[in-house]
Amino acid sequence: MTALDSGKYAAFVLAAYGLSAFTLLALVVDSLLRTRGWRIKAERAKPARKP
Amino acid sequence: MLNLAFFANPARFMAVSRWLAPALGLIAAALFALGLWLSVSAPDDYQQSDTVKIMFVHVPAALTGMFAYACLAGASFFGLVFRHNLADLAAKAAAPLGAALTALALVTGSIWGKPMWGAWWVWDARLTSMLVLLLLFLGYMALHAALDDEAKAARAAAILALVGAINLPIIHYSVVWWNSLHQGESIMSGKLAPVYLGPLFAMWGAYMLLFLSLWLVRTRSEVFRRRAGTAALLAADRGSVA
Repeated sequence: MTALDSGKYAAFVLAAYGLSAFTLLALVVDSLLRTRGWRIKAERAKPARKP
Repeated sequence: MLNLAFFANPARFMAVSRWLAPALGLIAAALFALGLWLSVSAPDDYQQSDTVKIMFVHVPAALTGMFAYACLAGASFFGLVFRHNLADLAAKAAAPLGAALTALALVTGSIWGKPMWGAWWVWDARLTSMLVLLLLFLGYMALHAALDDEAKAARAAAILALVGAINLPIIHYSVVWWNSLHQGESIMSGKLAPVYLGPLFAMWGAYMLLFLSLWLVRTRSEVFRRRAGTAALLAADRGSVA
């Protein structure tokens, strides 16, 4: 039992906090995965240097 | 004074953002921990009961969504006027972050509105102007995706972004210009009880720093995407010559 789920409107408060946490985590994961993917593609596509 | 031209060099931007993005992310995480602790410790409001705690996630999301649009419009201006590629990429990178934060502000506001107003949604000036902000973000992204020529897409989307910037003062003054169910400006006017300022500012700082960190990360992603495209074109060109 935390201070967030003890009040009269606990369901609303928990829903708002849960949704916020999910959205922010999704943004972090999506941003990191997207950048990693393009970095790998850019490194693979880099033309080989002439000897 | 911050010299924007210094960071406008893509190689320099990539070198600086490589350590700046995780540094901002770490500070944001620490502020989130502090803000969350202060939020759960905050006392219930005598009128709004425990729903007042929704303010600590709703207001920062709304303010950071508006800040994201200001960044998008600013970068679009630099891209349009100075034809700088990095500014175009930065503007494009800010759009999905701003859209997500604005959508989050609308949904958490709706969750707050149901117990306080008795309705999930009302066509109030503040709510409607925030919905327009979300549509501007989505329109910007759709316009970018609709055109194959990246330079043309960036120019068209930048014009939309600059025209849409008029919505920012409308959002801010909507509670002054029109009769609104939404509460008026309460942070700067001193109407908010001081006990709520600590958690609110901690969470606001966390949201802003997280946005700045992810903006850098996504701009890096756009630079890598551009590099991959250029390298693929060079390889194809070399193949056709051979």
